[in-house]
Amino acid sequence: MPNQYRGDVVSVRRAGSYFVLTLTAGAMAETARPGHFVALAIGGEESGLLLRRAFSIHGVQQRGVFGGTVDVVVSPHGAGTRWLAQRHRGDTVDIVGPLGRPFSLPRDPVSCALVGGGYGSAPLFMLAEQLRARGCRVDMVLGAANEDKLFGVLEAKRMASTVTITTDDGSAGVRGRVTDGLAKVMASHGTEVVYACGPMGMLAAVAQMATETGVYSQCAVEESMACGIGVCMTCVLPVIGDDGVTRMVRSCVDGPVFRGDTVRWADVGTVPPDTLGAPGVLGAPGGNR
Amino acid sequence: MTRAVIRDSLPKEQRSVAVVDMSANLAGLEMTSPILTASGCAAAGRELDQFFDITELGAVVTKSIMLEPRSGRPTPRMAETPSGMLNSIGLQGPGIASFVERDLVWLHQRGARTVVSIAGDSVEDYAKLAKILRMHEGVDAIEVNISCPNVADRGKVFACEANSASAVVQAVRRNTDSRIPIFAKLSPDVTDITSIAIACVRAGADGLSVINTLLGMVIDTDTMKPALAGVTGGLSGPAIRPVAVRCVWQIRQALPDVPILGMGGIRTGLDALQFILAGANAVSVGTVVFNDPTAPMRVHRELSEALASKGFRSLAEAVSYAHRSGDEIIVNEAEAPSDGDGADQDLDQM
Repeated sequence: MPNQYRGDVVSVRRAGSYFVLTLTAGAMAETARPGHFVALAIGGEESGLLLRRAFSIHGVQQRGVFGGTVDVVVSPHGAGTRWLAQRHRGDTVDIVGPLGRPFSLPRDPVSCALVGGGYGSAPLFMLAEQLRARGCRVDMVLGAANEDKLFGVLEAKRMASTVTITTDDGSAGVRGRVTDGLAKVMASHGTEVVYACGPMGMLAAVAQMATETGVYSQCAVEESMACGIGVCMTCVLPVIGDDGVTRMVRSCVDGPVFRGDTVRWADVGTVPPDTLGAPGVLGAPGGNR
Repeated sequence: MTRAVIRDSLPKEQRSVAVVDMSANLAGLEMTSPILTASGCAAAGRELDQFFDITELGAVVTKSIMLEPRSGRPTPRMAETPSGMLNSIGLQGPGIASFVERDLVWLHQRGARTVVSIAGDSVEDYAKLAKILRMHEGVDAIEVNISCPNVADRGKVFACEANSASAVVQAVRRNTDSRIPIFAKLSPDVTDITSIAIACVRAGADGLSVINTLLGMVIDTDTMKPALAGVTGGLSGPAIRPVAVRCVWQIRQALPDVPILGMGGIRTGLDALQFILAGANAVSVGTVVFNDPTAPMRVHRELSEALASKGFRSLAEAVSYAHRSGDEIIVNEAEAPSDGDGADQDLDQM
């Protein structure tokens, strides 16, 4: 169950192109699981930026000097994220969380590949820790446009059996895409489950690769959200349900983690014609007018 | 004196809450709080019930429900704007059958007062929706959404034209139990909102919800295309508050006795107070819930404190207060104090 908490900034530290914020978060730190996210309010009570920004939880500390804390990774690319990156120790940030459906963990000690694009890798380290604790093999593949936009390479090296780095420009690791690295990992380590978080295009490619090779995949999507709690209906994407019917589902409460083979990746950003209630379909006269 | 002493022992916020009678009445819908959610900003109550007790609200106003399931529009559906946002959801929803089975039953069992918002493509749709709702328990009022801007055919915004607005309201009124109040939700995107308001009341609306979003547009300067997949969207949030207060004011002047549910960018208790003073009998808190999920409870508390500090004993006393001329102004024995802690001093005089 999510709650709202007035968090204090414990620290802000730079990591490549990104900033890692540590915030006091009370009980949230105890209930958060890998894949959960938090929604942060921007700019205080009179801010003109009304919409919360969603961040996957990078890490938690349940009982530190400051009580429970959560870490999030911020890429300062807009007014709201810049505001967050400019916080100082002792500033207040209003947090809602933990939100969403987290990654599900395998019961058996299977071989797992964790794929992160850019700072999309943020939730994968908590996940790796828990998978390792269950005796799972963990291989990590981290990719980004360039070296500066990679996140968590050192942490990955500490946790994973192998770490593969890819960059678009070759400034670190192998020049290429994460899927190039993932193909090799899957072939050499007998991957049974793929976990991924990153941009939609990357998730689409990773999910397709997993599905084609008969491997189970779980992808945490990054859709833009206004509320993060399931009331605004802005963060929807077409997902196939257990009944075979495609619905526009909310990534904040039905996700952000989805089974890779249930998301209609090629149709994200559209309403496929066979979606429940789509324009012109039987059962929806008038449709989406 | 005794009462004041008791109150002094309470935390400050409870002291002033105890002073003001916050009950509100919307065309017979009796509520313990004048704060409602706004349609489309609270789904059907379940999500917000995780953050506060939704039975403490005046009522939950549900997202507009249509006859059939509807997928809504493609993404992006949202763009942030200064002190507000633009949305283009396209009335996504499960359809009335699923709504009454799952959401309405849940709200009823939960004990929340419920205003069901309905939307349709035709007058017949609205009539059918009203007939279906008539067969179910748990509907405390109906809000007739005739003003959603997210329909492709702008000519289908019923609230933009008095005749079409009347036709819809009449169809709902005819098919609804006379004990259930119906509210027509008006669009500010008209030349003269009072003429539409009058038409709706003549057609049988028991009250008016004022206002829906304003039609707006944002161009993404990176892609150099419209930011929303639906091109245009509804503007909401504090940015529209002055427009909304103006609409409430104009309608109150034209229709001194019609119940008004005011809304549009309410973020704080003082924002809500503006609507009350302008003539609203109760208010909906909408977009701000995205920023602060517990905002309805906070706004209730802040409004109660604001009313107390102005010397009002009840919410009802403050309704339309801004319209009163000098000789009509009620002066309570408890004079409006000049400082923030005045509520306590008032008690000593009582």
